[in-house]
Amino acid sequence: MLRLVISRLVSLVVTLIFVSLAIFLILEVLPGDPAAIMLGTAAREDTLAALRQELGLDRPALVRYVAWIVGILQGDLGTSITYKMPVSTLVAERMAVTLPLSLLAILISTALALPLGVAAAARRDGAVDRGVLVFSQLGVAVPNFWIGLLFILFFSTWLGWFPAGGFPGWDAGFWPALQALLLPAVALALPQAAVLTRVTRSATLEVIGADFVRTARAKGVDKSATLRRHVVPNALIPVTTILGLQLSFFFGGAILVENVFNLPGLGRLAYQALNQRDLVVIKDIVLIFSGIVIVVNFLVDIGYALLDPRLRSRA
Amino acid sequence: MSKRFLAAALLLTVSFAPAYAAKTSLVVGMPIEPPGLDPTIAAPVAIREVTWANLYEGLVRIDRNGKVQPLLAKSWEVSPDGLTYTFKLQDGVKFHDGTTFDSADVKFAFDRARDPKSTNAQKQIFAPIESIETPDPQTVVIKLKHPSGNFLTYLGWGDAVIVAPETAATNASNPVGTGPFTFKSWTRGDRVELTKNPDYWQKDKVQLENVTFRFISDAQAQVAALKAGDVDAFPNLGAPELFAEFQKDPRFKAVAGNTEGETVAGMNNAKKPFDDVRVRRALMHAIDRKALIEGAYSGFGQPIGSFFSPNHPAFVDTTDVIPYDPEKAKALLKEAGYGDGLSISIKAPQMAYASRSAELISAMLSEVGVDLQIIPTEFPAKWIEEVFKNKNYDVTIVSHTEPLDIDIFARDNYYFNYQNPKFKELMAEIARTTDEKERHAKYAEAQKILAEDVPALFLFQLPKLGVWNAKLEGLWENSPVPANDITEVRWTE
Repeated sequence: MLRLVISRLVSLVVTLIFVSLAIFLILEVLPGDPAAIMLGTAAREDTLAALRQELGLDRPALVRYVAWIVGILQGDLGTSITYKMPVSTLVAERMAVTLPLSLLAILISTALALPLGVAAAARRDGAVDRGVLVFSQLGVAVPNFWIGLLFILFFSTWLGWFPAGGFPGWDAGFWPALQALLLPAVALALPQAAVLTRVTRSATLEVIGADFVRTARAKGVDKSATLRRHVVPNALIPVTTILGLQLSFFFGGAILVENVFNLPGLGRLAYQALNQRDLVVIKDIVLIFSGIVIVVNFLVDIGYALLDPRLRSRA
Repeated sequence: MSKRFLAAALLLTVSFAPAYAAKTSLVVGMPIEPPGLDPTIAAPVAIREVTWANLYEGLVRIDRNGKVQPLLAKSWEVSPDGLTYTFKLQDGVKFHDGTTFDSADVKFAFDRARDPKSTNAQKQIFAPIESIETPDPQTVVIKLKHPSGNFLTYLGWGDAVIVAPETAATNASNPVGTGPFTFKSWTRGDRVELTKNPDYWQKDKVQLENVTFRFISDAQAQVAALKAGDVDAFPNLGAPELFAEFQKDPRFKAVAGNTEGETVAGMNNAKKPFDDVRVRRALMHAIDRKALIEGAYSGFGQPIGSFFSPNHPAFVDTTDVIPYDPEKAKALLKEAGYGDGLSISIKAPQMAYASRSAELISAMLSEVGVDLQIIPTEFPAKWIEEVFKNKNYDVTIVSHTEPLDIDIFARDNYYFNYQNPKFKELMAEIARTTDEKERHAKYAEAQKILAEDVPALFLFQLPKLGVWNAKLEGLWENSPVPANDITEVRWTE
């Protein structure tokens, strides 16, 4: 087990280093001068030069890369070019939106997908199964931002049950904040729930057809107990893999959904920063996003070992 | 079960809680969040739309009709040679941090703006300044190297607001000015909140206690926020196709005014075939401005024949100089040697007005045998790099939102690559002319030169589609400067 953890940790660090290099290089070749964007089309050349110097953009690329990495290792994410404040503060503020939003979406998605998928597999081609198939087809086909727009039209403009977007902040109280996150979380969750339902259904079907299940049934274990004790735990392994992969979709999807619902989350910050070529902020956010995905995949790997005792000895 | 029911009930009560806004608070929606709150160190319009006249004040201000009015300077005198400006300052003005405003602050603010290290986006405003003297706390004497005809107008812009030495460095995140409102908080990505300045020097003018600017970029979300009552006013609605709906709704007032944004399809005048005025005129003749505005902006927006804002008193209508006439366009193209057709491209930014216009222009040009290929170009980053800086383009389209910027056609090395010594000389004359009437006559002449020479295809003035609660009054219908001046905004009931 320990060897597994160590080998996975090493590959985690190496991946992070490569990711940071890739981010930096891509932003280097991306057209766009942050100084020119800040100062507009009327600015004079000397004014642009003064701002570039102030922002440290006149230093060689290698120096800037090293400064970035050294800063991160010391816990300093730098100062935003547009907002003129520490990126760490900005990210912390935005995390208070994106993290609960993503967690809520994962919760909704899993809570929908697992029971639906297992129920559909338990009675193959039954009414539930057919219903689930239709739901998952639709869910996969319809993009989350469009669901978001429909939700706003229906629940906010028409029924007036939810705010049409925006976020009151956690200071405004738990319920108003949760209320602002609920519609976007459902919009974010539905397409992923559809995928997860299909995976759960097929994984469950596969296990149901396995020899050991037939043996258990032959030994007289009743159907629901077989399902509970033998089928579901085994089906969970591929489901966990997909869930781990989906996490990156939740963060990516957050960019679109946060824009539609006007939530001040990390996704919207990333989008704004990209438009403004706030290189400091983009670099940090992309690194944070990829860092989260890498760490989660690390945890999923470790999670397998916990779920599946066979993997522990193999490592 | 009962627990779940309770949760649902709670949710419902919260959502049904009526939004009885006290009638001294206002929520203004804006499409773009400002990057920082200091208009003296960066160009974006959004900075001015939150801060100008609300948080910061200049020596003078531009009013809703585009006229220069006294503000922190209660009066001024200009010497006959146009070189010496003597300003008398208001008494009893305090900055939001409690310090007193006087002539030393004016000198500090302008010296800071013209410093070599300054990142003021309109540094040329301050370029003519020779010296700034402060004979007493209520008097400022500014001497110029050469006359600057629009000097007073420029001093009314956001780039020239007065900031205090104690707080200037941190204004971007914690703005301190002399305006009717003080900065309360900024939830980045969502809102900026202001409260009434209890020590404001014209306190009687101000009715509102709390003002919130909310940033909603998606056009559909803007409409939803207005309809749900989350936002009281959207002075620049991003959804022209839904604007007419608001005009019919008695709960709202919907006003289509003018911005300072001249929407033009700039051409690379140094490049073949755009170096030939016959080709430029032909392309202009091929464009039906009315149909273009109908398709690109749902019919809102005034057609323009030159590069001057209808908000300005010197504006003249030049749309009939080169009217829509496809036959004439074909004849001119033939005369220029392109009778067999012409293949060119347009770099079009992603903004709806620009990409839609590009498609319509492409269709109109195909009617006269010109093939216009559309190249989507991300704005601002890629556009500034490729078009503005490197001038690597045939035709492009963008709205020029700065006030009084007709002189860009006289700038060397500007992206149009336009060279017209006569026009350049005229701009220099205007800069020297301090008599307003004479200056306006020259502006009219300049507009005509551009209308005939067509260095860019002049399309339409970007409209300001304002929507607000019908019970609100005092918001601007036009924006002669980029602003959401809320000083005198009030609820009627």
